[in-house]
Amino acid sequence: MSIILDKVSYLYGKDTSYEIMALNDINLKIDDNEFIGIIGHTGSGKSTLTQHLNGLLKATSGHIYVDGEDIYDDDYDMKKLRGKVGLVFQYPEHQLFETTVFEDVCFGPKNQGLDKKTVELRAFEALYNVGLPDDLYYSSPFELSGGQKRRVAIAGVLAMKPKVLILDEPTAGLDPAGRDEIFDLLKKMQEELEMTIVLVSHSMEDVANYVKRIIVMDKGHIMLNGNPREVFKYYKELERIGLAAPQVTYLMHELKARNLDVDVDVTTVEEAKKSILKALGR
Amino acid sequence: MIRDITIGQYYPSDSIIHKLDPRVKLFATLMYIIALFCGKGIVGFAVITVFLVTTIKLSKIPFAYITKGLKGIVMLLLITTIFNLFLTPGDKTFWHFGILQVTNVGITNAIVMTIRLIFLIIGTSLMSLTTTPNQLTDGLEKSLGPLSKIHVPVHAIAMMMSIALRFIPILVEETDKIMKAQMARGADFESGNIIKKAKNMIPLLVPLMVSAFRRADELAMAMEARCYTTSDIRTKMKPLHYEKRDKIAYSIIISFVVIVIVTSIVIPFPQ
Amino acid sequence: MNIIKAINLVHEFIKRDEENNVVGITKALDNVDIEIKEGDFVAVLGHNGSGKSTFAKHINALLSPTSGTLIVDGKDVLQASNRLDIRKKAGMVFQNPDNQIIASIVEEDVGFGPENLGIPTDEIWERVDRSLKTVGMTEYRKHSPNKLSGGQKQRVAIAGVVAMEPKCIILDEPTAMLDPNGRKEVIEAITELNKKKNITVILITHYMEEVVNADYVYVMEKGKVIMKGVPREIFSQVETLKKHRLDVPQITLLAHELKQSGLNIPDGILTREELIDALLKASQG
Repeated sequence: MSIILDKVSYLYGKDTSYEIMALNDINLKIDDNEFIGIIGHTGSGKSTLTQHLNGLLKATSGHIYVDGEDIYDDDYDMKKLRGKVGLVFQYPEHQLFETTVFEDVCFGPKNQGLDKKTVELRAFEALYNVGLPDDLYYSSPFELSGGQKRRVAIAGVLAMKPKVLILDEPTAGLDPAGRDEIFDLLKKMQEELEMTIVLVSHSMEDVANYVKRIIVMDKGHIMLNGNPREVFKYYKELERIGLAAPQVTYLMHELKARNLDVDVDVTTVEEAKKSILKALGR
Repeated sequence: MIRDITIGQYYPSDSIIHKLDPRVKLFATLMYIIALFCGKGIVGFAVITVFLVTTIKLSKIPFAYITKGLKGIVMLLLITTIFNLFLTPGDKTFWHFGILQVTNVGITNAIVMTIRLIFLIIGTSLMSLTTTPNQLTDGLEKSLGPLSKIHVPVHAIAMMMSIALRFIPILVEETDKIMKAQMARGADFESGNIIKKAKNMIPLLVPLMVSAFRRADELAMAMEARCYTTSDIRTKMKPLHYEKRDKIAYSIIISFVVIVIVTSIVIPFPQ
Repeated sequence: MNIIKAINLVHEFIKRDEENNVVGITKALDNVDIEIKEGDFVAVLGHNGSGKSTFAKHINALLSPTSGTLIVDGKDVLQASNRLDIRKKAGMVFQNPDNQIIASIVEEDVGFGPENLGIPTDEIWERVDRSLKTVGMTEYRKHSPNKLSGGQKQRVAIAGVVAMEPKCIILDEPTAMLDPNGRKEVIEAITELNKKKNITVILITHYMEEVVNADYVYVMEKGKVIMKGVPREIFSQVETLKKHRLDVPQITLLAHELKQSGLNIPDGILTREELIDALLKASQG
């Protein structure tokens, strides 16, 4: 399943004095089974972009095609779209409301109009996939730890069986252990469930470690679009818009300047280690 | 949509109206409302209009910004107008169908009530646009001060109000966010009859309540950490005291109300 | 001189069911000994639930110890009559910037603390002016906090504490909800407070890179202090940090991995410069 954005623009606060071009002429194609990271500083349009992908915001101009169908067609079923493209907001645990974890996860598939059996099956599956211990299925979502709550909230969207899962800063406010768990979970979903994962993140290190493609947003434009090595080549341009490359990338550039023959395009500790050892002849 | 509501919002500026003592503005708003509902006839309304327009000009708030607040109540306005227009009996009937009728009294009532409502909203929002919530509660606290002698917790009430005003925009934004998050899970807040609609609100209201309680808890702790007590040792960063301009304002407001009432009695036409 | 001294500090949270029977006891603090020197920048690291926030709330007398002693600026927190004094001496900044700003105008919020202390009006204004200047928020003084970025809101919260002129500021994960730019702003503001105003700073965090410049670091887990020392000592123990699933800054991690592969690199590398020097030496040697 692919998503194609064709010249999508979004005007925030249209016809008011504080009109802002939140998205400006976005062209983008998202393919099957991708792992994409969207980066950009606050207000660059990245959250606006994600809300377009499942129809929560409607573009002021341009078209979005999901599975070849124009989602802005009058007879297009938005409910169907929400089942195909799942969106997990920032701090998603704030949306939990049911008396038990299980009931809460059922909410999405129930809204899809599925029968009770299918709904429950999907809820079990989703909770299993996010790795929540099964003795917690029937406890109140409000009694869980921060990291567990977040996984339940993700399961709530996962239970709708989307092919594409979009997450807005899925690790915000979590500690390093909680963050690693979420990232490993996303990686597993991409690899084993063959889903497309799109995540918005502030951490260049995390993005470099996990995603296959990076989209850099600035002032409503797509500034860069490519794999981590390609994107972080432009670290000077990234700095100009308030972003940065991973620490190791800077290190490699500095080593190169001191005549050490290292690969300047590395983005992870593992790659850096290999390249330095090679340059030192080990 | 929900963000367009300007009531309860502050518009920063350094105009004379902004500088007035909040007690003056509270009193003026009360007087203005009395004038609005006692006022009769074209002359009375002309006086009120002149007063309102002058105050807006003095407040340096763009007229368009104030009228934006009216958008939220268009439905209410329309209903009032229609009710008055079609349901008021009178001595001359121009048109009727069943219980619906259009009469001369109905037409004037519809016009007068619509003007009153619009003026009411503009006048009161002018008050909140030119007064920070804290000044407003300070003003209330001081005006109602005598009540604390009979053990009404005036300070606590004022503090609650100012905190409520501070958190309204935050909770509005949060509502918007939770609504979207549930919509992404296929929730439907629009269709169905009234009972179904109310039931559909649960996924929105429960998280909102939970979040409000969490915020209240954290805020209470933060206030305690900053040595907040209701004791008498508290001082004020911005204590209220009347200036010359406040006294002038009082006399202008009182004369305004007197003029409106007098003209309404002397020339109550057309009514 | 020590401004904070905790000896065998224990705090138990007791969980009760509906009939008020005790169903469980969690030791949030388990015999904690911590000493903090006046004027120091001290970081307390640990996961959620490690007890670091519970400890922070004790310093401000928002929580009382179950047993043990905690002395803040010469005063015992167990004595109820000391509580207000202690809160004056040890100010606190919390995680969520929205839930600690009380007023709807920046300057009025900064004035809230001094108002509570009964400071005369003229002096409140002086303190507000100074505090806003210290955190670089003077130009936003008339703004509504709702229109500010996360980092700016936290700076307002810090100014609100500074205006109470405390000897010590405790920051309980002040950057957890901020973006990288906001985090930088906040860390710069508190570093400046520590350096220029000589205010003792206790930073509770789980971001390792924020503690690199601290004078002293405590690492907590399950209510206990499991590591303590200057940053270099802490960061020398990469394996221990990893075992406790704490983050190690990329540069320190890379240095450690290179050393494991046989390069001659010292322990506890903290900055890029240090690693470059070490690598250049290794390449010549």
